[in-house]
Amino acid sequence: MEKPENTKPATPSFSRRHFLELLGLGAIGTTALGGLVLSGEYLSPNVVKEPPTRFKIGMPEDYPPGSVTKDNEQRVFIVRAKEGYFFALSAVCTHLGCIVNWKADDGIVACPCHGSKFDREGNVIAGPAPRPLPHFAMSLDEQGVLVVDKSVIVGEDSILKV
Amino acid sequence: MKTVVKSLTETRVWRSMFRHGLPLSNRTRAEAIFYNFFLHLHPTKVRKRSVNITYTWGLGGLSAGLFVILVITGGLLMFYYRPSVAQAYNDMKDLQFVVSSGQFLRNMHRWGAHAMVAIVFLHMLRVFYTGAYRPPKEFNWVVGVVLFVITILLSYTGYLLPWDQLAYWGISVGTNMVRAVPFGLGEKISYLLLGGHTVGENALVRFYVLHCFFLPVCAVVLMGIHFWRVRKDGGV
Repeated sequence: MEKPENTKPATPSFSRRHFLELLGLGAIGTTALGGLVLSGEYLSPNVVKEPPTRFKIGMPEDYPPGSVTKDNEQRVFIVRAKEGYFFALSAVCTHLGCIVNWKADDGIVACPCHGSKFDREGNVIAGPAPRPLPHFAMSLDEQGVLVVDKSVIVGEDSILKV
Repeated sequence: MKTVVKSLTETRVWRSMFRHGLPLSNRTRAEAIFYNFFLHLHPTKVRKRSVNITYTWGLGGLSAGLFVILVITGGLLMFYYRPSVAQAYNDMKDLQFVVSSGQFLRNMHRWGAHAMVAIVFLHMLRVFYTGAYRPPKEFNWVVGVVLFVITILLSYTGYLLPWDQLAYWGISVGTNMVRAVPFGLGEKISYLLLGGHTVGENALVRFYVLHCFFLPVCAVVLMGIHFWRVRKDGGV
């Protein structure tokens, strides 16, 4: 028997096999990527049941002049430095997020975790905290109730005068 | 006695489970290893040096043994522990003071976990100082490093579950450290880990699921690869 010559077709640079392989891999890759993205979205909650960032915190009369009062749920200090002079100070340490405490005897704010200390205005006195405690916006609503908005950070000079 | 053994090993059930004779010759001894699921990873030859206790200190085997203890005790603890803010701490206290052997199992899990972190670290040091990470075993060193990280993560995720003050602030601090990841990724990763902005119900369930399912499964798969490669390289 004679062997026919040149029965093998010249391999095209882009064969059908190669095309189908790419098609298959592309389909698997797209599906995998889509699954990954959807899993990521699944794990990121769309609704979190956390306390609202804007909340009422009582009447001005509830806070005697010169007092520092902590609200544990909202993690905020309501400071009434003198008559009719209010500001809201974050109670979350700027170091690693522990809740700081007001030490009335020393007149400072202290963090129990790593020993950061702040003055009543939130400025760092000692310890590893990198930034002062932020102040939150405060206002009075129509009924004369104090309102704190934690989503709005204001400067130290922003004072609510009642 | 001999006849009992003989009649037992000749039953159809026995012979379907052990498809070789009793390990009385070299051939059947080898078959006993090859045809056993748990032993088939064994190398054909073991270097004398690698069975020397002062070479390996058996640290890899100890780590694996501790992992088994932790899986068993952890699985038993899961029967009483509910990962919710209202119940977690009380369930942990019930395990300590109400459940029979609860204190024992919880302590075994806790001390076993501490020991595993220490032993895995010592194992890593041993491999480093004996140069066992060198070619051709570099990849197994990498698998080992990932297993070490998983061990730490298991320890960390388990730390939240008692839901006491240590747990709460430990996880608060840890997830705040995550926030320091640059390019705005820190906030995103922390949000994913906690399922929110603070350590709460979502965070507890997430850490529980990671601790009891995802991390152990990853560890088991990687341990399979790790042991297989150790044995192909002539280790025990």
